[in-house]
Parts: sequence; structure tokens; C-alpha cells
Amino acid sequence: MKNVSVTFTLNGDLVTAEVPATWTLLKTLREYFELTGTKEGCGVGECGACTVIIDGNAVSSCIYPILEVEGTSVTTIEGVADKNGALHPLQKAFLENNGVQCGFCTSGMIMSAKALLDHNPKPTKDQIRTSIAGNFCRCTGYVQIVDSIEKAVEMIKEKK
Amino acid sequence: MSDLLYVGKNIPRTIEVDKVTGRAIYINDLKRPGMLYGKILYSKYAHAKIKSIDTSKAEKLPGVRAVLSGYTIPDVRVGFLKDQTVLKKGVVRQFRDEVAAVAAISEEIAEEALDLIDVEYEERPAVFDPAEAMKEGAVLIHEVDARGKPITSNIIPLPWKFKAGDIEQGRKDSAYVVKDNLATTWVNQCCMGTSGCVAEFDMNNNLTLYNQTNVPFLDKQRITEYLAAIGLKGKNVRVVNVTVGGSFGTKLDTDIYEFISIQLALKTRKPVKILFSREEEFRALPPRQPARFTIEQGCDKDGRLTFRKCEALLDNGAYTSWGVTTPSVMMMPMSSLYRVPNVSFEATCVYTNNIYCQAMRGYGNPQATFAVEVSMDRLAEKTGIDPAELRLINSNKSGDLTPMRLKITSCGLEECINSVKKSLDWDNKKSKNRKRGLGMASLIHVAGGARVYLSDGHGIMIKVDQNGHVDVLESGTDQGQGSPTVISQIIAESLGFRPEDISLTFGDTGLCLWDAGTHASRHTFMAGNAAIRACESAKRQILQIAVEKMPRLIKNNVKREQKKNPNFLEPELDYDMISDPEKLDIKNRMVFPKAAPDHKYFRFEVSDILRSGLHVGIGESKVVVAEAFYDPPTEMLDREMKGNLSLTYAFGTTGVEVEVDEETGKVTIVNLFAAHDVGKAINPTLVKGQIYGAAYIGAGYALTEEMLVENGRVMNPNFRDYKMLTAKDVIPVEPIIIETDERDGPFGAKGIGEPGLVPTAPAIANAIYDAIGVRINDLPITPEKIITALKEKKKQD
Ligand code: FES
Ligand code: FES
Repeated sequence: MKNVSVTFTLNGDLVTAEVPATWTLLKTLREYFELTGTKEGCGVGECGACTVIIDGNAVSSCIYPILEVEGTSVTTIEGVADKNGALHPLQKAFLENNGVQCGFCTSGMIMSAKALLDHNPKPTKDQIRTSIAGNFCRCTGYVQIVDSIEKAVEMIKEKK
Repeated sequence: MSDLLYVGKNIPRTIEVDKVTGRAIYINDLKRPGMLYGKILYSKYAHAKIKSIDTSKAEKLPGVRAVLSGYTIPDVRVGFLKDQTVLKKGVVRQFRDEVAAVAAISEEIAEEALDLIDVEYEERPAVFDPAEAMKEGAVLIHEVDARGKPITSNIIPLPWKFKAGDIEQGRKDSAYVVKDNLATTWVNQCCMGTSGCVAEFDMNNNLTLYNQTNVPFLDKQRITEYLAAIGLKGKNVRVVNVTVGGSFGTKLDTDIYEFISIQLALKTRKPVKILFSREEEFRALPPRQPARFTIEQGCDKDGRLTFRKCEALLDNGAYTSWGVTTPSVMMMPMSSLYRVPNVSFEATCVYTNNIYCQAMRGYGNPQATFAVEVSMDRLAEKTGIDPAELRLINSNKSGDLTPMRLKITSCGLEECINSVKKSLDWDNKKSKNRKRGLGMASLIHVAGGARVYLSDGHGIMIKVDQNGHVDVLESGTDQGQGSPTVISQIIAESLGFRPEDISLTFGDTGLCLWDAGTHASRHTFMAGNAAIRACESAKRQILQIAVEKMPRLIKNNVKREQKKNPNFLEPELDYDMISDPEKLDIKNRMVFPKAAPDHKYFRFEVSDILRSGLHVGIGESKVVVAEAFYDPPTEMLDREMKGNLSLTYAFGTTGVEVEVDEETGKVTIVNLFAAHDVGKAINPTLVKGQIYGAAYIGAGYALTEEMLVENGRVMNPNFRDYKMLTAKDVIPVEPIIIETDERDGPFGAKGIGEPGLVPTAPAIANAIYDAIGVRINDLPITPEKIITALKEKKKQD
């Protein structure tokens, strides 16, 4: 199979991937860039485990064709903490409020929540729940995930 | 206990920072050098004869390294009743039967190779209803048993019969009796991380299995036996867990895919990974055991239970995993939830051509408690006694010995019922509001281990290095429950260190001691008790070093002072205070005499002590290492299925307020209070996390979740058609933590992993009845069932 060359910004770095045209963004992230933080829970766009942010929007990378990534800016869970390793408020809040249990849904959850907070720094509880409605979690019952996101909102406010 | 520094505190899960930064390695992420990808070909029929398998085309596909079938690997039986082989030969008995397997250099090539395998089948008649399958003359699923003896019936010869007291006497003593039929169905555990493992042999044929099991040591045992049976006797098996993407019981058995990856790795001499797709997870992973119950219960005119009689019918599917043992757990609520003197419970398990089942959070308890608690409500209605009151009248109490011979130690059941009542404003709201309804249900569950194997032990090893860092080899597994945090809290507290001083390795059979498994809500209880014992020993060792080395450290400090200030006089010091380990203590890494904790000269950072014990010449150096093996004084169930299998029991009550839309049949949970006797909450936030998560799975069990199995085939193997609740289906769970300070628990704690799920479905079912006056006795209670039942009722009215 012939590879295609796709250039985009990945967690702040300009990168080029040479992968088969049939690959998804998820496969490219995990196999070409070895960024395995983005998970596959279903592979067909139904669970949200593979959520990344493309140009500010949360998307399911498992059904996102790599060709469409050309020229975009992609953020994955590996790009959420700052370059010095300081955790993002969402990451801190998930640890402090038990928003993470097995952790398999966590990358996707944090990316969906981050996409929300980047647009809307003061979301309502309902907006928070809507933003993660496509992210399944089997461990937490969502309550402490929503708590975590609310706490992150407060932390971000305090920082400003 | 008030001066606890870490136990009882909401210590964050900082130790698991890898999970929020994408660094944690799950089985999906694990890559070994030269690794191949394994894929499995499943049966096309629910029941058929395999006439031939032709793998030649698949073998020729470039990139394929091995193709195996039941005809090319040794014919060795595996599983709980040894009623199946790894790859099937001769006959397939269900759609998930593994017929062939491929290893290739990529997943895509492996998939492609599966399509090239030609299997010729001759379809056979099949049976999918256990009631049909147990009839004489029904299609036989198996012709011979594990020993080759002919089988003449699909009924599995397992001794699930429990009797205590005298049912007929109980019946005579009854003023009221109710009898009902109830049913629960297949539900999938739906771990977000799918199943998988990587098998790798070294050149001496020792195996490392990277896995996500709940039972590393049993897994090792089963695989060791399997290797011996295929000619690799005496080879070592090391089971190493990676980060586990959820379990909920799925990882209690050694699944067929594990054996297949082992066979492929053996054949190719390369590491082989098998990773399930979501569809495979639905089709080829054993789900929760369904059950049908006929339950009869009576009470006297004052509401005191007189007897409980229940018969259960279980669809075993085509082979036997742990699903068939769920009646052993069903017996617990059947015999011991509330005080009931006369009990009879009998379960019949029948082979069919359906999928077979495994464990899921709560084991058989959610099924059985659904039956018991709906029946309790019916009895309350018949007697005219308020359902909460009926439960209080019959509540278990501390000191009880139940008909199953469970010894009830601490028991917070009455408190749980009362607190739920109060939170729901039960007395004012119950049965008052049309379309809104209240319901409750309680539970009993093992919470101090579960002796289902001769050893219910848990081993732990602790070493403390000269810098005061603590490495812990913990034999259990963490599937997300938060054990790294909880166990480090217990160790920090017991040893006098801080949680951040502790690193833990879980479930590696090459490093850790035996553990019966992280199941039965036993982990905090067992590992906690083991940790406390190991810490006692480690602490004693550190304090012994302190007794020996402190005087010299003190002298050095005095000398240093004198150097700075020549006029400094050596103070008069009472060395007796530090003359015996008993007289010393450690807290927050500081070693000090109990008699004078803030003593200016007698207080040392623990690493000063540890270094002074290590860096001292030949024959004197000391390292601190301690191990403990905790095996609680409990009993295996005897032939009558009686015995105190756990050192303590969890109790809890869930109370629910629902609103039902009679037009659409939609049920909204308005309030859900989950009161649990947890003994002691080591980490309240994490305890609540267990309750939230379990209650939410329980709500799905009640309302939406159902694997649609038609003629043996799973019809909804995806998240679109299998309805899990999402963040938008707000289940307003309010945990209520009741602490009874269990005398045998670590710092008073009991297990809480499973309980939250158990009473949720019956509480919701009872609330729906209170709202609309019709009972739906088979789960899930879908809008369609509600509408149909309401129509029926209207017709009758
Ligand atoms: S893996 Fe992409 S949505 Fe499930
Ligand atoms: S934390 Fe396990 S699936 Fe969300």
C-alpha cells in the first residue's frame, strides 16, 4: 500500500506522518507517533475513549481519516500538561476528586472536558454533562468526573 | 483513632498520575520486540459438526506466521468443569466457539488470514431455552464428560442445594405467603479496555504472560497445568499485569484467548498479542449469568419471616466458567439477608447452545437479591406492613448466626435502612404521589475475604531502603478501584511514613507472594490486614536499628554543637527513653521516644537511622525487609453449603425515588440514596467512587442493559444497541457512609467493591411499582415493558 504524507501540528510541534491513506488519526497517533495515551474502546465512534482535540473541537480519532488532518492542529492527552510537566487543572482535579478509576476512559474524558473549558470557561453542570455525553465510563458513574471538571473550572478561575 | 494521619483522609490518587497524562500502559499499548498479532476464528453455527478445516490458503498469505486449529494443537481440556478444548475439534456448540487462530505480523493480515480459512460444517439441531434443554429427549450439548463418561442429560451435576430448618413448619407458622417468578438476563461487563494479553516464551520455554487478570496466581496455576498437559511440564509461568482497563469480574477465569495466545507464541517462538475488538468483547467474553427464580416467602402476623423457598434455573450456555458457581453466592442473600429461620434454595444449571457466563460485580448476588427484595415488597403489601418496617422487623443484627452459619460481626443494616428512610422522607412520601414512587432494597455480601479456595490468603512484602523509600510487592491487582492509594495510606499510617514514600508493584507472580485474587470485595480487607502485619515487623526492625545506633548519632550531634560552640556542655540525657524498640515510635518519617516525642536530641529523620544501620562494616549492616501472609480464620462451605466463609459481612440499603411517565414508559430516577456499612472508610472519596460506579451499573441493570441473544447469537454487540447509561442519564446517587468499625478489618474497614450494585435494581423495581402499581418481574424494566404492563392493567381494571 502506498503511504501518504500528512503534515499537521501535534501537541505544538509541526510533524509529518507517512502512513497508508486508509489509516485513521487514532492509528497514526498510536502506531506512527507512539502516542498511546489516546485509547481505542470501540473503534467505531461510539465510546469517546479516542477523543482528541482538532482545531479546538473534540473529535473521535478512531473514525477520523488521517488525510483530513492535513494542516490542522491536534492536541492529545500527552499535550495537556505543560512542557515542564506541570499538570493541567483538569488532570489535577481528576486525581483529587476520584474522576479516574481504571483510567481507560480518562484521556478521552479530559480531552472532551478541555475542549469545553477552552471555549466556555464557566460551563453549567448540564453543559459539562453534555460535553462528556459521548464519553463512556464504566467505573465512576460519572458523578466524580463531573465533580472533577467543576473543580478544574474553579482552579482555572483562581489562577486568573 | 482520632490521631490518624492518612487513614480516613481523602488522599488524592496522585500515585496514578500516569493515568491522567496518557502514560499508563494498558494491554492495548504494550508492544514487545518482534511481537505478532493473534486473531481468532469463531463458529458460524450455534451447534454443528466440523466436517473439515482447510487452513492452507491462510498459511500462504504473506505475513502469516502460524495458523492453528483443534486438529493441530494437543487435545487438552480446560475450564472449570474441563468441558472444552482451546480450539474446537469435531463439534461446535455455540457461536463463540474458537475454531482456528492465526498469528501474523499485523492485525490486518491476521484478519485477512481468518477469511481464508475454510471450515465446512454440518449444522445440528440446537437448544436455547434451559427449560427445554432439561427435558428428556432434548438435544444433548455434550456427549461425554471430562473423564470420557457418557452424559445423558444437559443438567449439570452440581450440588446447589441449600436447606436449613423446616419449610413445612415455616409454612404452617405463616399468616401471609407470597410466591413470584422473576428473571434476570445477560448483561455485559463492558470494561472500557477490551480483553487481551501478550504471551512470550523464552528459549527455555518458560512463559511470561502480560495480562490483566484479577487472579494472577490462579491464572499461573491453570496455565502451568495446561503447559504440563501439552508436554511442557516443570516450565515456569510468570503472570505480569499491565494497567487494567476495568474488570468487573471478567478477569476471574483464564479465558480461552489466553490459551490461544500461548499456543501461537509457542508455535512462532515470538511474543503474540491477542486484543479483543469491542464486538468480540460482546460476542466472545462470558457475561453475567442470567437466572430465573421462583421464590416463595412467608411471615407471621407480626411480619416476622417464617420461611423462604426459592428455585433457580440457570442457563449455563455450552461450556462452564464461573457463571455456574454463582448459586454459591446466591445462597448468601437467600439464606441470610434478613432473619429467616427456614430456608430452601435449589439451583439447576443446564447446558444450552447459548453463550456461557462468568463473574460480574456482585457475582450471583444482584440476581438473587432482586428476587428476595421484590418478594419482600410483595410480602409487605400482603401484610399491610410498611416495606421499610418489614425490613426493620427482620433486620440482621450483630451477633447473629445465620442459617448458612455466617457469623455476623458488626452490622449496620438497621442504620442503613433508617438513614435511607429519612433521606427519602419515606413516611411522608411513600405511596402518596401518582407517577412518583419510592422503593428500597438491602444487601448482605462478603466483606472480609471469601474462602472459596482452601487458601483465602494474601501475601505482601515490604522493603525499606536506606533513604526511607518503601517498596511494596502487593499480590493483588488494581483494576481501577484505587488500591495503590488505599494500600499506601494503610502502609503510611502503620509504618509512620507518608503515602508519597511508597511505591507499589501489583500482581506479578514472579515477585509477589500468593493471593487468592482481587475478587469478592476482598482486596482492601486482605491486603490491608497483611500490610498492617508486615508493617509491624518492618517498624520493629527500624526501631531496633534506632536503639542500636541512636546513641552514636546523638553523640555526633553533640560533638558537632561543641565544634560550633566550644562552651557547649553535653546535656544530661535520659538514654533509657530510647533503650528499647517498645519505647520508640515513628510518625511522618520521624523516629522519637514515646515519652518525649519532641525531644531535641532524641528525634531523628528515619533515613538517618536507616543509613546508620546500613553503612557500618562487615557483619553489622542491616536491611529492612518484612513480609506477611494473612489468611483469615474462616471456613469453606461444607457439604450442606454452610460455613462462615468471610470474616465479616457488608450490609447496605438503597432507597430510590422514581418518576414514571405513563405515556412513554420512561423512568427517571429522582433520588437514589445508597447507605453502606463500610466498617471504616479508609478514603471516603474513593469509597464513594465505588458506590457511585456500582449504583450506576445497577441502575443500568434495572432499566436499560440487556444482551439480546437470539438463537444463540448476540444481536447487539456494540455500544449503539447495547444501552449503557451515559453522563446525560443523570443518576443522582447520594452515598451514605455508615461506619461500624469492624473489629477484624484493617483500621475497621470492610469490603465495598461490589455492594453498591447489589440492591440497586430491586430498589428501582420496587419504586416503579410504588409509582404505577404494576410489577415488571424481569430485568431490564424497559419503557416497552412498562407500557405493555400498564395496558394490561387498564384492561383488567
Ligand atoms: S474508540 Fe473511538 S469512539 Fe470508541
Ligand atoms: S475510569 Fe474506568 S472507564 Fe472510566
